[in-house]
Amino acid sequence: MTEEHIIGTSVPRKEGRDKVTGAARYVDDMTLPGMLYGATVRSRFPRGIIKKISFDPQFTWSEFVIVTARDIPGKNCIALIGDDQPCLADGKVSHPEEPILLLAHANPHLLRKAVDAVTIEYELLPAIFTMEASERREHIIWGTDNTFKTFLISKGDVDRVWSKADYIVDGEYTTGAQEQLYIENNGVIAAFDLEQGITVWGSLQCPYYVHKALMALCGLKEDKVRVVQMETGGAFGGKEDYPSIIAGHAALLAVKSRSPVKIIYDRTEDMTATTKRHPSRTRHRTAVSKDGKILGGEIDFTIDGGAYATLSSVVLSRGTIHAGGPYYWPNIRIRGKAVATNMPPHGAFRGFGAPQSLFAMERHMDRIAQTVGLSPIEIRRRNFLKPGQTTTTEQTIREDIDLGKLLDRALELSDYPAKKAKFAQENQTGPIKKGIGLATFLHGAGFTGSGERYLASVVGVEGCADGSVRVLVSSTEFGQGTNTVLCQIAAEALNLPYDDVRIAQPDTNQVPNSGPTVASRTAMVVGNLVRSAAVGIKQTLIASGMLGDAYSPEEFRAACKNHIAEHGKLCSTARYDPPPGVFWDDEKYRGEAYATFAWAAYVAEVEVDLSTYIATVKDFVALQEVGKVLHPILAKGQIIGGVAQGIGFALYEKVVWQNGRMQNGQMTNYIMPTSADLPEIRVFFEELGNVHGAYGAKGIGELPMDGPAPAIVNAIEDALGARFDSIPLLPEDIFETISADGVR
Amino acid sequence: MTVPSGRQGKCEFTFTVNGRRETVRAYPMERLLDVLRHELNLNGTKEGCGEGECGSCSVLMNGELANSCLIPALQASGAEITTIEGLAGESQLSVLQSAFLECGGAQCGICTPGMILSARHLLNKNANPTTDEIREALSGNLCRCTGYAQIVEAVAQAARHRSAE
Repeated sequence: MTEEHIIGTSVPRKEGRDKVTGAARYVDDMTLPGMLYGATVRSRFPRGIIKKISFDPQFTWSEFVIVTARDIPGKNCIALIGDDQPCLADGKVSHPEEPILLLAHANPHLLRKAVDAVTIEYELLPAIFTMEASERREHIIWGTDNTFKTFLISKGDVDRVWSKADYIVDGEYTTGAQEQLYIENNGVIAAFDLEQGITVWGSLQCPYYVHKALMALCGLKEDKVRVVQMETGGAFGGKEDYPSIIAGHAALLAVKSRSPVKIIYDRTEDMTATTKRHPSRTRHRTAVSKDGKILGGEIDFTIDGGAYATLSSVVLSRGTIHAGGPYYWPNIRIRGKAVATNMPPHGAFRGFGAPQSLFAMERHMDRIAQTVGLSPIEIRRRNFLKPGQTTTTEQTIREDIDLGKLLDRALELSDYPAKKAKFAQENQTGPIKKGIGLATFLHGAGFTGSGERYLASVVGVEGCADGSVRVLVSSTEFGQGTNTVLCQIAAEALNLPYDDVRIAQPDTNQVPNSGPTVASRTAMVVGNLVRSAAVGIKQTLIASGMLGDAYSPEEFRAACKNHIAEHGKLCSTARYDPPPGVFWDDEKYRGEAYATFAWAAYVAEVEVDLSTYIATVKDFVALQEVGKVLHPILAKGQIIGGVAQGIGFALYEKVVWQNGRMQNGQMTNYIMPTSADLPEIRVFFEELGNVHGAYGAKGIGELPMDGPAPAIVNAIEDALGARFDSIPLLPEDIFETISADGVR
Repeated sequence: MTVPSGRQGKCEFTFTVNGRRETVRAYPMERLLDVLRHELNLNGTKEGCGEGECGSCSVLMNGELANSCLIPALQASGAEITTIEGLAGESQLSVLQSAFLECGGAQCGICTPGMILSARHLLNKNANPTTDEIREALSGNLCRCTGYAQIVEAVAQAARHRSAE
C-alpha cells in the first residue's frame, strides 16, 4: 500500500503528452468518409420580418444541401432553460447574425461563395441596443416587458437605515461585453443513420446539454442521440450553451443529406455570432456610519441578455447573489434584472455574472472609503463578513475564514503600504503616474441554491479487465485539468499509482451524466462523487474476499482481473446527495446559496503614461483561500490564466457595436493580452479545507476572474485621482475622462 | 479559408517537411496550413484566426518562424519546413516538449504546437534568453488559458537543460 499522497502533488497532465506532440485530436482534425462541409446564412439586420429568400442562379443549387426551419423534424428551438431561441429563424429575425438557412457541400471553397450568393430581403423593424432603451420599453421585443428575469434579495429593513446614516454613498458602474476568445473556434461534425440516429463529435463543455437539445430539435429518443466531446481548445463558458446550436445545425444538414457534415466557424463568425460576457450596469446606494460601518444599502444589478433568454437567468442569479461582496450587510435590498436587446444572445463566461457585480462592489468600496475618509484597507476591514454572520441571502458563514488576516497577508506580499506612500511622492512629477489598488471578494462554488440537487449528478468508476481503473464522467477537459484531477482523486481513494487510473472520453453512450462542466463544480462536486465511487470499487473487491484491507497495486490489479473474470463488469456509481441541513428558498432567494465560497484578496500595481494614456499592470498579487489545492501547478495555472483574462476585461478587450453587430470580430482589432503585456502574476494560496469537496477542494476556476478588474481600476484611480467607473478602460477612455475631469 | 483562384489549376510542389521530401498537388495560393493538414495529414499545426494574429499555425520555414495560414503553397515550394510532429523522437519528447509538460505550459493545448515552435525558434537564435526576451519572442503566439507564466517558465527551463547538455 502506498503511503504517499497523490492529492496535492503536480502529477503530469493526463493528456499532456498528446498536447505537446500535436497528437491530440480536436474536431477539425477529424474527417469522415463522404463528409460534407456546412455553413450558415445569417441575418445582417437586428430585427425584421423575412420577406424573401433568393438564390443566385449562377450557382448549381441542386448540388447543395439546403436546410431551413421547415426541415426541422422536431421542435424549432435550442432546448436549454426556456425554449424561446429558434434553431433557425422562421419568418423573423431578432438579432444580427441570427441563423436563417444552412448549406452543405463537399467543397468548402465553393460553400463559402454560396453563402454570399443567398440574398435575404427583410421588412425591417425598430430595434433596441441598450439596456436603458429596453427598460423604457421603446419597443416590446421580448415577452410583454422586455424582461427575461428578475430577482429580489431582501434582508432586514433597508428603508429604515437612510435616516440613521452619516453618509449615503451613490455610484453607478458598468462593464462591457467580453469575448471568451478560446483559440479553437466552435466546431462539430454530425452523422446520421436510421439505425443509430445522430452522432455529434464536437468542441464542447456539456455533452448532455447538447444531447438534450438534439433530442428536442430532431424529435429523437435518448438512445438515438450520441454526443462525443473531442479535445477542446479552450472554452471559458463560451462552449457551455453555444455548441447546442452549431451541433443542431450540423445535425439538420446530416439528417437531410444522409452524409456526415462538418461545421467549423472561422474566427470572425465565432466572434460575431457566438456568445459573450453580459454587459452590465450596477447602481449602489449605501448607508454608512461615520466610523465606516455599512448600515444597509440598495443594489440594482442589470444585465443585457441579448435577443433570447438562453442562460441569462442563471448568470443574473450568480451576479445578484455576489453583488454584496464579502461584506456584512445588516440590511440590504438587491434587485437583479436581465433585459432583452436585439444583440446576439450573451452567455456564459468564466465568473458568470459575478465579475460584473463584484467590479461594482469593489469600486464602490473605494468610493465609500473616500467619502468616509478611511483607507480602502480600513473600510473593508470594518465590514468583512465574519464566521457566524450571514450573507445577503442569510447564509451563515460556518467556516473559519478570517478575511482581515487574508487581506493583511496580501498587503504584505504586495508591499502595499510602502508602495502607496512612494507612488504618492513620485507622482508629483513626470508623465508616469503609478498607483496601487486592491479588491477583496468571494466566489460561490458549484451550482447556485438548489441547482446541485436538481442536477443529481452521477459518476461511475470502473475496474477494467487489465486491472486498471477508469473514471466515467461527462465532465470535460478543456484545459483546466479535469482529466488529471479526477484521476488523482480516484487514485488517492484507491491507493493506486496515478498511472493506473484513466478517464473515459466523454461520450453520452459511455458515461453517465455528471452534470455540465461549469460553475467551478468539477473538482469539488464531481470530484467528491468520483472519490465515493472509487471507494465503492474497493469495498466491492474487499467484500468479495479477493482483496485484503491493505493491498499493493499489484494485488489490486489481480483482484480486479479476478473479479471481472468471475462476475463480469466491475463498476461503481455515485449520485449527488445534498448535504443535510442545507436550506434554499427559490422564491425568496434566501438560504444557503452555495455549499462553500472561495475567498480572495488581490492587489494590482499600475502605471499610466500620460503621454500615451496607456495603463500597464506592473505587479499583481493574487492571494486566495480555495480549500485544499489538489494540484499546485494546475491550480496556479488557473489563477494566472484567470487574472490574465481579468486584465483583458479591465484594460484591453472592447467589443465595438454598431446596430447590434460586433464590428471588430478579429484578433487584429479585438485585443487580448500577449505575453509581452502581462506583469508577473504572483499567486499564493491559503488552504482552509472544505467539508463538502473532494479531499477538501473548493471551486477555483472562476474566482480569479472576479478580482483583477476592480483592483486595477482602483489602482488607476489611485494613480490619477480621477474616477473611472466603466470597463473596459482603454487609453482613449482614460484620456476622455481626465480631459474632462482633470488630474490631481 | 482562402478561396483558390479558379483560373489556376493544381500544381505539383516539392518541399522538405520534418526532414522528409514531400511532393503534393495543391493550388498555388492554397495555404501552407491546409496543405500540411489535408495533404500531409500533419494535424498538429492548428488554425486559430486565419490572419496571422494568433500564431497557432506557426511552423519553421527555412529556420524562420512563419504563420502557415499566411504562406501560399507556391511560396513554400523548395523550402524546409518543421512542424510540431518533427520535434519529438520516436519515443522521447524534445527538451522543450518535456518542459512544457512539466511546467504546466499546455492547458487546452490548441496554441501549444505553435508556441513550442516559436520557443524553438527563439532558443535556436538565443540559447540563454532572459525572461523579457522570452516574453517578447512569444508575443506573436496568443494563449488564452495560461496567462503565459508557465509557458515562459517552460522555455526558461528548456534553455537551462539544453545548455547543461
